[in-house]
Amino acid sequence: MERIKSFNPKKFVSDNAIILLILLLAVFTAFNSDNFISQSNLKNLIINVSPRFIIACGVSGCLIIKGTDLSAGRQVGLAACVSAMLLQQMDYAAKMFPNLPDIPWPVAMVIVMAVMAVFGAINGAIIAFLKVPPFIATLGMQLVVYGICSVTTGNQPMGGYKRSYLGVASGTLKTATGIELLDYIPYLAIFAFIIGLFIWFLYNKTRHGKYMYAIGGNESAAQVAGVNVPATIIRIYVLASMLYGLAGFLVGAKAGGASTATAYGYELEAIAACTIGGVSANGGVGKVSGVLVGVLVFEVLKICLQFLRLDPAYTFIAQGLVIIIAVALDLRKYLAKK
Amino acid sequence: MALVRTHPALYNAARPARPEVKAEKETGDCELSEYRLEMRGVVKTFPGVKALDHAQLKLRPGSVHALMGENGAGKSTLMKCMFGIYHMDEGEVIYEGEPVHIRGPLDALHRGIAMVHQELQPIPERSIAENIYVGRYPMKMGFLVDHEKMYKDAAEVLKEVHLNFDPKAKLGSLSVSQMQLVEIAKAVSADCKVLILDEPTSSLTAAEVEALFTIVNELRSKGVSIVYISHKMDEILRISDEVTIMRDGQYIGTWNAKELTTDFIITKMVGRELSNLYPTRSNTPGEVVFEVEDFTSINPKSFRHASFNVRKGEILGVAGLVGAQRTELMEGLFGLRCHSAGKITYQGRELKINQPKDAIDAGIAMLTEDRRATGILGVLSIADNVSIASLNQYLIGGIMLDDKKIEELVQDNVAKLSIKTPSSKTQIQSLSGGNQQKVLISRWLARDPDVFILDEPTRGIDVGAKYEIYCIIADLAKKGKSVIMISSEMSELIGMSDRVMVMCDGRVTGFIDGKDANQENIMALATQFE
Repeated sequence: MERIKSFNPKKFVSDNAIILLILLLAVFTAFNSDNFISQSNLKNLIINVSPRFIIACGVSGCLIIKGTDLSAGRQVGLAACVSAMLLQQMDYAAKMFPNLPDIPWPVAMVIVMAVMAVFGAINGAIIAFLKVPPFIATLGMQLVVYGICSVTTGNQPMGGYKRSYLGVASGTLKTATGIELLDYIPYLAIFAFIIGLFIWFLYNKTRHGKYMYAIGGNESAAQVAGVNVPATIIRIYVLASMLYGLAGFLVGAKAGGASTATAYGYELEAIAACTIGGVSANGGVGKVSGVLVGVLVFEVLKICLQFLRLDPAYTFIAQGLVIIIAVALDLRKYLAKK
Repeated sequence: MALVRTHPALYNAARPARPEVKAEKETGDCELSEYRLEMRGVVKTFPGVKALDHAQLKLRPGSVHALMGENGAGKSTLMKCMFGIYHMDEGEVIYEGEPVHIRGPLDALHRGIAMVHQELQPIPERSIAENIYVGRYPMKMGFLVDHEKMYKDAAEVLKEVHLNFDPKAKLGSLSVSQMQLVEIAKAVSADCKVLILDEPTSSLTAAEVEALFTIVNELRSKGVSIVYISHKMDEILRISDEVTIMRDGQYIGTWNAKELTTDFIITKMVGRELSNLYPTRSNTPGEVVFEVEDFTSINPKSFRHASFNVRKGEILGVAGLVGAQRTELMEGLFGLRCHSAGKITYQGRELKINQPKDAIDAGIAMLTEDRRATGILGVLSIADNVSIASLNQYLIGGIMLDDKKIEELVQDNVAKLSIKTPSSKTQIQSLSGGNQQKVLISRWLARDPDVFILDEPTRGIDVGAKYEIYCIIADLAKKGKSVIMISSEMSELIGMSDRVMVMCDGRVTGFIDGKDANQENIMALATQFE
């Protein structure tokens, strides 16, 4: 058999079609609107991308094992609400739990992540032991979490956050160091960077990562090779939920408030971003760098549509189409092999 | 629709009786009318691989044309081009004297070309009749499925291929081999002029193979051109009129089947002489190390009261017909299936095995029967596939994997087992069957287990690579490993085993010493039904 190995421009374009299209759109937008290429817009992009990247990292694990997590957005929402409950100002009039002691934000963050881990463990156990298809299991969990969120908050929006909590989102390295140039690096980006690094290490350098890719590649074969499949699946969903917890904590700080509607539709954005970034719907394939590109590209798309003054209602249609096209193009790569 | 089957009488009337089979010598110059279908200069390239390189095939009406070649020679690819599943990059198809372009499987069926796939694609939850007529249901009033006609036609089709099934039964209630026969009935019902059978007998029992041959002979006498792909030499020589051999995607030649011998075919297929089919073994079985007593499945129809032992450095062959529950027994021992009773002892220590991990930790390794479904991690690299079972040995500080050591392990195995791959990062699914199997063997070698359970280790592997696998097995035994080898190939069992254990219908029916084993005494035990 003859092996052909060379850079194929046609293949590169077709493999990255959606990314290239959106970059073209960005160039078009830059020429057709005033402030698209500006410092504030760049900073805005980084702030928006950071929590979404953390969510997408969580979802990516589920997708790599041919699962999915439709409860991601609601878990982020619940995490934001729990963070709100823990971190309202001591003297805020509408405080949810007036008798709560003063909790430093890092402690609250850990509590939120631990609470969310429980939901991940339940998701994982239902999928691993009861063999409920992930689509159904997490769809059910989406409703359950939404319900819990409604009950605990009494459907009331929450605000009155402590300054230190708000500072997590509004602060930049300039705040910490005083150096003007570091204003571009918000704390949020540092969170995202650390998580990205951690996930990269986990996926590429640890046994857990190899087991995850093995299950995605062929679950039965992984089992025959001695992989503890249920434990790996549960670990993946627990980690995902902890990342939603962290993201919810950050989203709440960024918004300065939380309600049952916080992070509406984030699960779909995350799944879309992963798919655009090359996490295959067929399982076993996906890289952290791809997830980052996917999130960036999807966010750029949204900002472009805003700058082109498209009616917000239409942006949903555009986003939906991009998701479908991205998955179709991904599956085409496999069809093309026939 | 033209494809919907009419009454068999009409079917026969529409078809002139075929002149008696005469196997002509291959001549370079032929009149167009002599062939029903010709494929010329077919080129098909997949990313990175040239699968077909000017392949050709000429089919006469009313003859069985065997297509042979090692795995990866391009037989299935060529047939998929003929059936419209793949589109060829270059080349032409001349069908009944006209150049045609086959757009897809449905187009092929409309033209009278039908195919029975190597891998079945059934819908187990639907009835047999629906499986036969899926995609071309008989209709009434233009939009309703005519169920009555469908069941009636299906019953006739089944009768025609000598199957006594209720067309309303769920397909899933049949065994794999019975499903395969239904698949053939489906092709027959399409009223085809060209029928492609891609390894039709791989899961059939001897009696079912006979039934298939009767059907093939009947179709031949009706003038159907049949392409027959198989690895089984005796079948080919028995059933076919002509043989075309391919190698590395290229056309090697076409011969009259009567002129051929097994040796000649193998030589042409591998492109070199094969002196020995099996290596000389120099292992000496020692003391009994692995013992199984009264092992019984939770499923009353599966294995029961199985007792046997394996010695150190021994190759124990496991023989039996399809349905003898050999695979089930071995998967039970490996923890892939549940058992209700039984005792497994290794070196005097009793093992509790409830999942594969338990077996692996105890030093047992297993190559499963269906390499693609339960063996390879298709989209992952060779390196990942080799190291997946032994990652615990390559941890730095209990957390981080030592990529360098893993790469060493992989390179070591690639060299030792001569795995042909461009790099250790290549996806395993792009390798040939034999090389995939060697990667899976490497996976277990990395753990250095003492007991190897090999379920059909050479299934779907070409002749050249088979010999290499045999050498590896012989070498394992020589190093003192205990090898249990399930095989459905008699000659393989007789050629490789120190002892043969025979099973029938879930029971162990006897043991035969490797030197005394022959087709007759194995079959006698394998058919010892209660």
